[in-house]
Amino acid sequence: MRLIKIIGGWLDDRLQVGATLRETAEHPVPRETASWFYVFGSAAFVVFILQIVTGIMLALIYVPSAGEAWNSLQTLNHSVALGWFIRALHGWGSEFMIAIVLIHMVQVILFGAYKYPRELTWMVGVLLLLVTLGMAFTGQVLRFDQDAYWGLGIGASIASRVPVLGPQIVNLMLGGPIIAGATLSRFFALHVFVIPGLLIAFVAVHLLMVIKLGINEWPMPGRVIRKETYLKEYHELTKKDGIPFVPSAVWKDLFFGGFILLAVAACALYFGPFGPSGRPDPTIIQTAPRPDFFFLWLYAVLSLLPPSMETPALLVGPVVGLLALFLLPFIFGEGEKSWRRRPIAVLSILLVAVSLGTFTHLSGYTPWSPVMDAWSSTPIPSQYLRNRSALERQGALVFQLKQCHNCHALDNQGGKRGPALDSVAVLLTRDQLIRQVIQGGGNMPAYGKNLSPAETTALVAFLETLRPAGQPAAQDTSRAVALAPDRAAPSTQP
Amino acid sequence: MTLPDVLKRRDFLMKLGLLFNGIVAAILAVPIVRYIMSPVAHARKGQYDSWLSLGKLEQFPAGQTRLAVYRNPVVSPWDGDTADIPCWVRNVDGQKFQVFAINCAHLGCPVRWFPQSSLFMCPCHGGVYYQDGSRASGPPERGLFQYHHRLERGELFIKAGEVPTPGSAANLISITSGLPPCV
Repeated sequence: MRLIKIIGGWLDDRLQVGATLRETAEHPVPRETASWFYVFGSAAFVVFILQIVTGIMLALIYVPSAGEAWNSLQTLNHSVALGWFIRALHGWGSEFMIAIVLIHMVQVILFGAYKYPRELTWMVGVLLLLVTLGMAFTGQVLRFDQDAYWGLGIGASIASRVPVLGPQIVNLMLGGPIIAGATLSRFFALHVFVIPGLLIAFVAVHLLMVIKLGINEWPMPGRVIRKETYLKEYHELTKKDGIPFVPSAVWKDLFFGGFILLAVAACALYFGPFGPSGRPDPTIIQTAPRPDFFFLWLYAVLSLLPPSMETPALLVGPVVGLLALFLLPFIFGEGEKSWRRRPIAVLSILLVAVSLGTFTHLSGYTPWSPVMDAWSSTPIPSQYLRNRSALERQGALVFQLKQCHNCHALDNQGGKRGPALDSVAVLLTRDQLIRQVIQGGGNMPAYGKNLSPAETTALVAFLETLRPAGQPAAQDTSRAVALAPDRAAPSTQP
Repeated sequence: MTLPDVLKRRDFLMKLGLLFNGIVAAILAVPIVRYIMSPVAHARKGQYDSWLSLGKLEQFPAGQTRLAVYRNPVVSPWDGDTADIPCWVRNVDGQKFQVFAINCAHLGCPVRWFPQSSLFMCPCHGGVYYQDGSRASGPPERGLFQYHHRLERGELFIKAGEVPTPGSAANLISITSGLPPCV
């Protein structure tokens, strides 16, 4: 112990930082901020350190070459001792990182921590969210598998829609004409050098401001923030009722940070590393690429937007969103901090959370995608074939062979791109069915060219059997009237 | 010489030093920017696209649509499999050909051909195209990207080399459908 003290003293005589560090560590913070609600920022920092350490570990083996990256990931997973675990830690660390950053952000909004004088802290925080998402996307690319390959294609397609400069941005992003060696190399440079550099710089500024401006006090309903008086009030609060950050508040950060690290390790141990999925070979087209968890909502949005709105939404949406986040502290920089007095803030967060949650949930079963192998691997439920005529069964065969099942479900099996057809005969008459099959419409392709008249007849005969017991088939009443005996021969007399 | 004069001169020298560094930085920026922008410069000069063979015509029977693979004309030794690019070749009637990019016109996922229903379907967001490449349904705003092609010495050649994207399809054929657009 004495030796440590001597060495410490010798070092500090030369470094001259001890006093500053002690002062910083023991700076007074408002008593209520020693709370379990105030631990998310430090937890994000702890996971960030984990990402740096595991990232360097992975770089010892990983080969950032389009031809070899996938193989090196297999080596990490299967040949290098505990390589799979380091990959899993890094992968789960990234998921936790985004989750914690989002929770931190929600807490900051609910507690009004972005208000005067912490506007810049908030704006740097928004930049930190962006670079964190940037790390997640580039990291997904470095896991160079089919999802990464086609994900890059999606990124290129989105970038190409930028007016005028689109194609140039694509070339710049891919480092050449196609997704290939140069693409992976530049995403490696981004993921390992550029974005981490920005991240470290932003974290430093963010932390500096937290220390200089002080931790946001616990918001009390009725305690209104005014630029003229806030600094003085905060100073008095910390002076009168403050506690030293170390050790009075920091112990909760330490426990929570440790708990999060354990949780990451537990997930890594139990669930293992992410992928890689199939080889990044573009000629293997039997693939349905999916983004990672935190980009799934985008996957849903891109499927559900009307085509004409897509490009404007893709290009304008992020700009508007970012602008709103950046301007937030300037528009609502004063006033109430407590979430109890800020219903719009609470509702906005709920709205965003419910939207993102719904889109993510939808992406779990992608109702907008055809089930590419339903026609050959999902049989028609037997109850739809029992006691049917030969023609109707032939129609069922047409239904399978023409891939109708890829988009239309029967008894909840098959695609959900189009409506389920279990009771289609209740809704559409024979004529309407024929028209729909041949002409398509309502987001269905027209099958007129691909079906012979005999096939159409059989298919429609089968579709006409699809109605629940006890429910009558759809009827064309005007036709019944037209065919009634007394109207059979319409009079030509006026 | 008085002290303020000295300070004034030092101040001037410091500013001169900053200016000097600025000039050096500007000079160094030229090669750095050109290095970074080289993929764009190549594209602008049209150095990416070239005519390449998809093989003998016999591989593509009349009335059928088959998958073909070519090695991208611009490659580096470490590209691995990524430089092998697939495309769909449709032999309309033995005389007329169409060569479609594998990439969906929506966001570039690989479309699959279903000969039974004569449709291309995309697994990502559900874009569907007819056999002639025109849009049938789903989020794409246009038909499939189509390469220029020509028949020579019994082989099928296409002009390719760059991944087709919705914003950079100027060097490709635009497919217009005879059918009314789906809503």
